[in-house]
Amino acid sequence: MQRIYLDHNATTPVHPAVADTMAAALREEFGNPSSVHHFGQRAKAVVDQARSTVAALIGADPSEVVFTSGGTESDNFAIRGTAEARERTGRRRLIASAIEHEAVLNTLKPLATRGWETTLLPVGETGIVSPDDLRAALRDDTTLVSVMHANNEIGTIQPIAELARVARARGALFHTDAVQSAGKIPIDVRTLGVDLLSISAHKFYGPKGVGAIWIRRGLRLLPILTGGKHERNRRAGTENVAGIVGMGTAAEIARARMADEHARVAALRDRLEEGILRAVPGTVVNGARTPRVPNTTNISFDRIEAESLLIALDLDGIAVSTGSACSSGTLEPSHVLKAMGFPPHRTQNSIRFSLGIGNTEADVDRVIAVLPGIVEKLRSLTRTPVRA
Amino acid sequence: MMRIVVAMSGGVDSSVAAALLTEQGHDVIGLSMQLYNQRGDETFGNCCTLDDLYDARRVAGAIGIPHYILNFERQFQDTVVSNFVHEYAAGRTPLPCAHCNSDLKFSTLLDRARGLGAEQVATGHYARVEQSACGRWLLRRSADPAKDQSYFLFSLTQPQLARASFPVGDLTKPEVRAQARRLGLKVAEKPDSQEICFVPDGDYASFVARKAPAVARGGTVVDRRGAVLGSHGGVHRFTVGQRKGLGVSGPAPLYVLKIEAESRQVTVGPRDALERTALTASGVNWVALDAPSGWLSVSAQIRHRHRPASGRLRATDDDRAEFTFDEPQTAITPGQAVVFYEGDLVIGGGWID
Repeated sequence: MQRIYLDHNATTPVHPAVADTMAAALREEFGNPSSVHHFGQRAKAVVDQARSTVAALIGADPSEVVFTSGGTESDNFAIRGTAEARERTGRRRLIASAIEHEAVLNTLKPLATRGWETTLLPVGETGIVSPDDLRAALRDDTTLVSVMHANNEIGTIQPIAELARVARARGALFHTDAVQSAGKIPIDVRTLGVDLLSISAHKFYGPKGVGAIWIRRGLRLLPILTGGKHERNRRAGTENVAGIVGMGTAAEIARARMADEHARVAALRDRLEEGILRAVPGTVVNGARTPRVPNTTNISFDRIEAESLLIALDLDGIAVSTGSACSSGTLEPSHVLKAMGFPPHRTQNSIRFSLGIGNTEADVDRVIAVLPGIVEKLRSLTRTPVRA
Repeated sequence: MMRIVVAMSGGVDSSVAAALLTEQGHDVIGLSMQLYNQRGDETFGNCCTLDDLYDARRVAGAIGIPHYILNFERQFQDTVVSNFVHEYAAGRTPLPCAHCNSDLKFSTLLDRARGLGAEQVATGHYARVEQSACGRWLLRRSADPAKDQSYFLFSLTQPQLARASFPVGDLTKPEVRAQARRLGLKVAEKPDSQEICFVPDGDYASFVARKAPAVARGGTVVDRRGAVLGSHGGVHRFTVGQRKGLGVSGPAPLYVLKIEAESRQVTVGPRDALERTALTASGVNWVALDAPSGWLSVSAQIRHRHRPASGRLRATDDDRAEFTFDEPQTAITPGQAVVFYEGDLVIGGGWID
């Protein structure tokens, strides 16, 4: 069976060129970047080379880029590192949007139990955070505001530059989780005006298990991993050299191809979206259709359990997803759609299609061709009709 | 060859069921039901835990079939758990496994399976289903009398039985384990599940009291003449026939004879006072035949571990029946199922009033 992968927001296939540079690094650059000798120097050189290309992807200076184990660690570091560094200043308030990734939301929870005030910013049906809501939530003792650049489930792009301006005007630091935007749309940390930015390699055709955090020069975080003096004392642990090399190559490719790929994928996504809305009755796009990352659409199917639709599509060779999976691998109602104010049935009937490098018009057309039949079959067997 | 969904619990029985159907060349899809919160903020019992779901996934991987986990937390609460709590609160003794079979596995799960293009839902139950010459779907006891689960399946309707498959029903438990070893399944030696899966440590009373705090209001323990012998902490703590934990004592052992939820009164008495020669049942499902017009001589099983006793059965209306035993039976317990058999054939069954 010819399988079609439409779940690039979960992870992307490793680009062949990335696999090649990683394989070479695994074979040849075994040195420890902290070692003084020749082998260490070689490893250090390839890590720093990757640091430069990753920095270039986000308009940063290489010295401000710290490699991590991925987006989750970067988000943890941004929040806990800031909170712990500033715990004694008396500014013990944190703000995030209600549609953040769990890596942010679940990092705030333990802080809330130890005396930090946390506020979640609402989003309306558009799935976009309003600067006015942030302005209203800010206090003089707000330490950090964390709002994601692009949402993983619905793809909406947040007005980060404006939000960061609002936050910094009240003396708060600003972190953005750019895991879903890096490699898809241009990012320039100076234009965004943020203090901290998280990215992850496997969302843009790099390997899993490696990511980075950009920390504005001069900003001090308390490390969350302690040990040796790696990454300029900011993240202990021997570097994942091959992973970092792979991330560097992936960043380079993403930057070189961004303009073309953006246009190509956006056209495919729009074709898919229009095709589904036209071919399947009772469908609607969740969230604002613009501004959105070019590869994502999230569609609600009236009177459908997303769980069943996902499985039926998989059995037909089409891989999509709903919101987040829980520990057992089952699907839970989307916290993003819930935060957008949708009623319960709407948070459980939505499917995310996220396109990427390997997808073609033929893929999109096949999905549009098989969906109506699958949906009709599922609807005909719905015992208790879910309200429209 | 057809598409079949196997409800995989991660145990040896449903694992062997999935492997046998796959071996027969069917297009098998493994589905596991997550029945309650796995996020760790509530304590639950020992079936379908994360470990079991992991086992199911591993078995599916080993036999090369797709496997998905369905979130049925809400449906499980709405059907099985709420009935369990409600029955105890009403002074009855529920049988959640039977409700899970007819109201969840061969209901919601079957619907889902049909949506995925499956003809049947297979489970690891020890029972046999077959079609008679005249087209009626019949339910029979398993080849392993010690493991037979037909008692828990009596409420399956004809359309449900038509879509049910019990691939291990012709095997004994040792044969199932031998098959698991032959197939190289890692769960071959996994212990059988015990107790009611969603109740931690078999402590039903605490579970019910947590879910329905109002039941924990105390009441009195009385003898058959109505004389008060003591007090108790809620009717949900009692089952007809129960001897332990009554909090009262007499010259001879005392047993629970009657539970009245309204007055919160529990009547106790000697063992011989538990004996009854008749029962009525409601919610009756006729399996082997339509509701009979006259008296039938069959056997009735009134508990999972009860040896069926002979007597006479008749339908009193569409979904009610009465049964008269040839010999008195002890502890005919309201809320439990009574299942009528002729040999190994399930005639029908209902809920004891």
